[in-house]
Amino acid sequence: MSTTQAGTTQTGTATSLLRFATAGSVDDGKSTLVGRLLHDSKSVLADQLEAVEHASRRRGQEAPDLALLTDGLRAEREQGITIDVAYRYFATARRRFILADTPGHVQYTRNMVTGASTAELAVVLVDARNGVVEQTRRHAAVAALLRVPHVVLAVNKMDLVEYAEPVFAAIAEEFTAYAASLGVKDVVAVPISALAGDNVVEPSAHMDWYGGPTLLEHLETVPVGTDPSAEPARFPVQYVIRPQSEEFHDYRGYAGQLASGVLRVGDAVTVLPSGHTSTVAAIDALGVATEIAWAPQSVTVRLADDIDISRGDLIAAGPLPVPTKDVQATVCHLNERPLHVGAKVLLKHTTRTVRALVKEISYRIDIDSLEQRSGAEGLNVNDIGHVVLRTAEPLALDDYTDNRRTGSFVLIDPSDGTTLTAGMAGEAFDTVSTTDASQEEDWV
Amino acid sequence: MTVTTQRLFRAEDTPFALSHLDALEAESVHIFREVAGEFERPVILFSGGKDSIVMLHLALKAFAPAPVPFALLHVDTGHNFPEVLAYRDRAVAKHNLRLHVAAVQDYIDRGVLRERADGLRNPLQTVPLLDGIESNKFDAVFGGGRRDEEKARAKERVFSLRDEFGAWDPRRQRPELWSLYNGRHAVGEHVRVFPLSNWTELDVWQYIEREGIELPEIYYAHHREVFKRDGMWLTAGEWGGPKENEPVETRLVRYRTVGDMSCTGAVDSDADTIEAVITEIAASRLTERGATRADDKMSEAAMEDRKREGYF
Repeated sequence: MSTTQAGTTQTGTATSLLRFATAGSVDDGKSTLVGRLLHDSKSVLADQLEAVEHASRRRGQEAPDLALLTDGLRAEREQGITIDVAYRYFATARRRFILADTPGHVQYTRNMVTGASTAELAVVLVDARNGVVEQTRRHAAVAALLRVPHVVLAVNKMDLVEYAEPVFAAIAEEFTAYAASLGVKDVVAVPISALAGDNVVEPSAHMDWYGGPTLLEHLETVPVGTDPSAEPARFPVQYVIRPQSEEFHDYRGYAGQLASGVLRVGDAVTVLPSGHTSTVAAIDALGVATEIAWAPQSVTVRLADDIDISRGDLIAAGPLPVPTKDVQATVCHLNERPLHVGAKVLLKHTTRTVRALVKEISYRIDIDSLEQRSGAEGLNVNDIGHVVLRTAEPLALDDYTDNRRTGSFVLIDPSDGTTLTAGMAGEAFDTVSTTDASQEEDWV
Repeated sequence: MTVTTQRLFRAEDTPFALSHLDALEAESVHIFREVAGEFERPVILFSGGKDSIVMLHLALKAFAPAPVPFALLHVDTGHNFPEVLAYRDRAVAKHNLRLHVAAVQDYIDRGVLRERADGLRNPLQTVPLLDGIESNKFDAVFGGGRRDEEKARAKERVFSLRDEFGAWDPRRQRPELWSLYNGRHAVGEHVRVFPLSNWTELDVWQYIEREGIELPEIYYAHHREVFKRDGMWLTAGEWGGPKENEPVETRLVRYRTVGDMSCTGAVDSDADTIEAVITEIAASRLTERGATRADDKMSEAAMEDRKREGYF
């Protein structure tokens, strides 16, 4: 009756997964680039292309508008805008990709912050004719703020500057210097023409002077993830598994996903915020006993000692964070309702949600100039700033610079559950300008 | 033009490599456990289709060795493939699960819903689904939807808030950052949760192969009496087909998706093993919905409209 086949096929070869985000406006040719990546990697299928051609004709456009591939909602198509982060999926023989496609029109910062939060690489697009403009610096700043490990500068429309190397070199140099000043560690610049297809998937026939990889080659080979063995173990407890069956009478396992690092059976661990210590007695990898687990695996951990642990606790090893009720953080405000000093909110950090009070909005950061401005007016949607929060219970926060997963949180409106603000523990950038605070009239 | 000050790390070259399936599995398990930790009455929508079967498999692994702490909800259109119903009942018995069934036929019999002129029952599922959620007070509802399936789904959140009417408002979606999922909801509202959001059709099949997951046999090539309607091979049967001018023939086919018999088409295929299916999908030039779903062909925004009303 049933069909069960467990086999091994060549098409099932394991590959790694890269999450990346694109940043740029329509004018920079971002939709064309995304369309080109999907199309040339053969990820757009015949019926999708047919639907796009059909819709383009109905709108009176002669050529298929590849932007229609990515504009999913009726309001977007009717208004010709992109409202929201869209996720795209494609694969090559070497890697699976998840692309967070962030729109440039409205709510730009909010959307790019969202897309960049899970990205390991950001593609920043510039028009070769315009070079590094204000928006480019903003994109670089958001990527730096969210600690996206790798940034690619795609200098697009090289066909419109006669594929001239000096144009590319000047833009790449300026951008790389700026990104480095923000603390971005890895920048690769690629000269492309998304429209003509140069250096996107196929190497360009027009730019012999460029010896680097095409954009796709770089995406396929850029290192993914961090080295778990070089990081302290962080294991936020999601759920306590207690089968209470005869077979597993005394089983008490802590289910979670390693946020960073490696756990081995026998490791000494500390439970935060309580500070109790124990050792790892067993690790179950989704039902199978194992000796070792590492980020980002989801496993179940059992400890040698019977201590009180529940959802929201952190099992940790290595240098430990000091649990605190006073949280200093860089935030991006996501909601139309402004955030003001005195606001009582919920703070969700890893698997723990606590009440919190906005004690201070220290300053806003002008994302274009990176200068500090007064925070007295509160934070509006898309504002980035620095805040001081007081929480009802202590949190085991790492600095976001050290750990994107245990250093991040969101603020939630307790009245209706709206997600208000994205937070990153610690200072925003390696170098924050403090120049103009005294020039602000309403600085308090 | 490269500034590289950090030590290059290539996960593929270390003992800590995770394949894309490992990474997707870890993420989905995390999502299941978040829901178990934060909601009172979660339920898994279970159709007997491959995506819901993979969901159940992930849930079983997420809570092992304890049982899955959720019930199943099947929205029964009344036009089910018998092989799929049999599979459903076997799965429920094997894993000792609780199954709720919300049947479209009941609503038609009671006069609450009317049969459509075109005989399609997928659009009729929304009312029984929402009633089933409301009467059982389910606060989190797992769906097998994937973002690669359809354009409106590409913008769906992993945790997607639905109002008292079950409606989805794409403009009021909550931003979803890192792996922090916001499940706050008011009484009467519920949250749809999509643990397979980041999976593609090929990932699902590769995972089915890797894990040795059993599927209803109609996913594999078999001989079947079919007739052509709207460019699709539909199964002849009690649900209404074929009409007089629709000749029936026996063809070697399989199903890429499994839904209501009235709107789910079979594809010509000789792929009778999982290896052959994976090879076929990897080479396919059509998306699974484009190839097999009449309900999505109705308009450019068919899925978006149904989602707004409370559909899966």
